[in-house]
Amino acid sequence: MIQIEGLWKSFDDVEVLRGVDFEIRDRETVVIIGRSGCGKSVLLKHLCGLLRPDAGRVVVDGQDIEVLSERELTPIRKKFGVLFQGAALFDSMTVFDNVAFPLREERKLGEDEIIQRVEAALAIVDLLNAKNKKPAELSGGMRKRAALARACVPQPKYILYDEPTTGLDPILADDINDLVLRMRDHYRVTSIAVTHDMVSAYKIADRIAMLHEGRIHAVGTPTEIQATTDPIVRRFITGMGETQEEVRRGAETVR
Amino acid sequence: MTDALSRFQAFVSGQLAQLGAMMLLLGDIFKTTFTRRPRWHETVEQTFKIGWQSQAVVVITGAFTGMVFAVQTYLQFHKVKMDTAVGPVVSVAMTRELAPVLTALMVAGRVGAAIAAELGTMRVTEQLDALRSMGTAPVDYLAVPRFVALLVALPLLTAEAMFFGIYSGYVVGVHMCGIDEAYFLTNMYKFTAAKDVMSGLIKSVFFAVFIGLISCYKGFNADEGAEGVGRATTEAVVVSSLTVLIANFFIAVIFNKIFPV
Repeated sequence: MIQIEGLWKSFDDVEVLRGVDFEIRDRETVVIIGRSGCGKSVLLKHLCGLLRPDAGRVVVDGQDIEVLSERELTPIRKKFGVLFQGAALFDSMTVFDNVAFPLREERKLGEDEIIQRVEAALAIVDLLNAKNKKPAELSGGMRKRAALARACVPQPKYILYDEPTTGLDPILADDINDLVLRMRDHYRVTSIAVTHDMVSAYKIADRIAMLHEGRIHAVGTPTEIQATTDPIVRRFITGMGETQEEVRRGAETVR
Repeated sequence: MTDALSRFQAFVSGQLAQLGAMMLLLGDIFKTTFTRRPRWHETVEQTFKIGWQSQAVVVITGAFTGMVFAVQTYLQFHKVKMDTAVGPVVSVAMTRELAPVLTALMVAGRVGAAIAAELGTMRVTEQLDALRSMGTAPVDYLAVPRFVALLVALPLLTAEAMFFGIYSGYVVGVHMCGIDEAYFLTNMYKFTAAKDVMSGLIKSVFFAVFIGLISCYKGFNADEGAEGVGRATTEAVVVSSLTVLIANFFIAVIFNKIFPV
């Protein structure tokens, strides 16, 4: 379980997070939505200690990670797999070596077992044929899938997805959504995704939380979020300004 | 006036903060080098890239510096009938100053730029965050192998530059300028001591520390985007080169006290 308590974070004079309180339960998939630049990725990076808050704390499985040094964070970080927005594959390595990287760094498994696990992970994301390619030779969707395999192969307890479908066409985006669900079922992980893609959010989320003006503004199941009357949430999920939304409602009433 | 003063104060405090951050990085690199398991594969790979692949540029630099130095000193010394002093002048200059400084400058340009660009690109494409998220410290995986490789490679490259500089000076002095070979070599051996070579090699160790530290720091702290990486690369080369040149003076003064000419 991850507890976020009163999280504040500023960059220069800009307050990005202004007291976020939230709780993520084991084995659920939480999607955090919000407008571009509202601090979703910043919040995500606090969960595994990639960023440190100005105030507040993040508690992972009972351990307050803000009091830990960079070295002490290592065992906590090994509980996480992270899919970065731009995939963040290592340019100098092949797809296979990228996916094998976290296993080789752990130094617990022999090379035979590493090969077996990496090939299994690549098979799930349908990239076995591209295992010897470098990231530069892959399309955007393939890069995301390779990064997903790398995030999942150490079998972490939590997977963080930073905009998993951004920059992909709707069909590829849907493939990634299916993969997120497949990873959840296969590895039984807790997933936290940030996105502004509502199609993706409705498909993969058990709960959706909306980040607005540095705080969690609303939380609910996809059905509850779709049915909400909260004007801020409605504006975001319909993609319409208030006036447009009112016009649409008016038109529906006339019909 | 007040505005200029406050800008100056901000500049000075910014530079001091950067210096402090570099010292912390240096401490982290040393601590990691001696406390973590060595990464042999990465270190050998970096030594190959930094050392082996820099040889051509270093050999050419050393050789042509020795040649031009021999020609110029011959032309001056010939006027006062001191032709045979060309050998020791070339060898002492190459071992004490020219080989270590020019090799360091060439390596700062070639390797320092590559390190800053690679690490900077990794930073802006979140690859450093990816490393950290997998529990691998970028200092451990990226900085230490490059730092150790520079510490190994730069003294070897400097020795290579010394050899080719002196040898090419000998070829030019004896075979082009017509200096008597026996006098050239005898005087060279007489006035060149092991301490001259040692002083040059020890200097190169300091230069390796400066180049490695500055390039890694600039790469790790690159600003966002292509412009940020470009700026980090330029700064790495400029700051490394200036540090080598400035530090060389102070190291030379200290060494002249320890190893008097």
